[in-house]
Amino acid sequence: MPLVVNGREFATDKDGYLVHREEWSPTVAEALATQEQITLTPEHWEILELLREFYHQYELAPAMRPLVKQVALKLGPDKGRSIYLMQLFPPSPAKVASKIAGLPRPTNCL
Amino acid sequence: MSTLHTVNKSPFSHSTLASCLSICQPGDALLLIEDGVYGALASSPQAEQLRAVHAKGVRVYALEPDIEARGLVGRRLDEVELSDYAGFVRLSSELRCVQSWY
Amino acid sequence: MKNLLFVSRHAPYGTGIAREALDALLGASAYGQNLSLLFMDDGVFQLLNAQNPSKLNQKNLSANLPALPLYDVENIFVHSESLRARALHADDLVLEPKLFKVISSQEVAELMNQQDQLLSF
Repeated sequence: MPLVVNGREFATDKDGYLVHREEWSPTVAEALATQEQITLTPEHWEILELLREFYHQYELAPAMRPLVKQVALKLGPDKGRSIYLMQLFPPSPAKVASKIAGLPRPTNCL
Repeated sequence: MSTLHTVNKSPFSHSTLASCLSICQPGDALLLIEDGVYGALASSPQAEQLRAVHAKGVRVYALEPDIEARGLVGRRLDEVELSDYAGFVRLSSELRCVQSWY
Repeated sequence: MKNLLFVSRHAPYGTGIAREALDALLGASAYGQNLSLLFMDDGVFQLLNAQNPSKLNQKNLSANLPALPLYDVENIFVHSESLRARALHADDLVLEPKLFKVISSQEVAELMNQQDQLLSF
């Protein structure tokens, strides 16, 4: 089912991930978040930006463990915890945040 | 704490057996399977190395059905013992780990 | 906790073997085992810098490798004789020198004998 943002259609796969990653924009992210019943705040955005940077650097969408580790490295140990990410992107932070950030499904995410 | 090494490529067209022989240690076992059994020939480019690791204490086997199929029964090096499938299973459980060179 | 060594001996892109090794390793990282990775034979070509497989429509495997410490893969080994046979040096590789250890054939044998399981790719 395509995602419709301001009258424009964006192809998504059966799990709701963007098919064409280059079509991602902050507006598309807001729409993807709405589908996950999430309203994006600055706390969400710093995770999404970190994810996009991770993908740009390593060409991988991180699973939970590397995501937590990278958040701890970049944003500090208070945020580098599963529970913090769980509150922002329930119920499965690596999958949900990757989807909103316009990345593919995380590699080998359990 | 020893390893079973299996090799399934002919030493006449691959360096797989050479790589394996450079890593084998006394106590390890080497099993030649599939096209790897051509490594049991005296004319193999690695024949000397194979004799040397055998002398060092590496047991060397070739899988009998693969040897027979390829007409190598009377042509193998004395250092190479034949093993059937049950022997393959025994070696896999006797040695701690299996490294498959392919 | 088990000691698992992934032995990666094939060059990237020509076959899927190198990619499968990396995917299996990333998958295993979710289970909290003691993971090690060894590059030897043509597997050391996976580490060459300046790879760009976009015209093959494949993903750049070498871009993934520097992320391994974030997946708790801290033990990365490279076989010295395999590097030497291909005239590769530390500054030809995508990983910073502090991220991997170059080891001899003898050390490869010892490493294999410390494992509970070898995964051969």
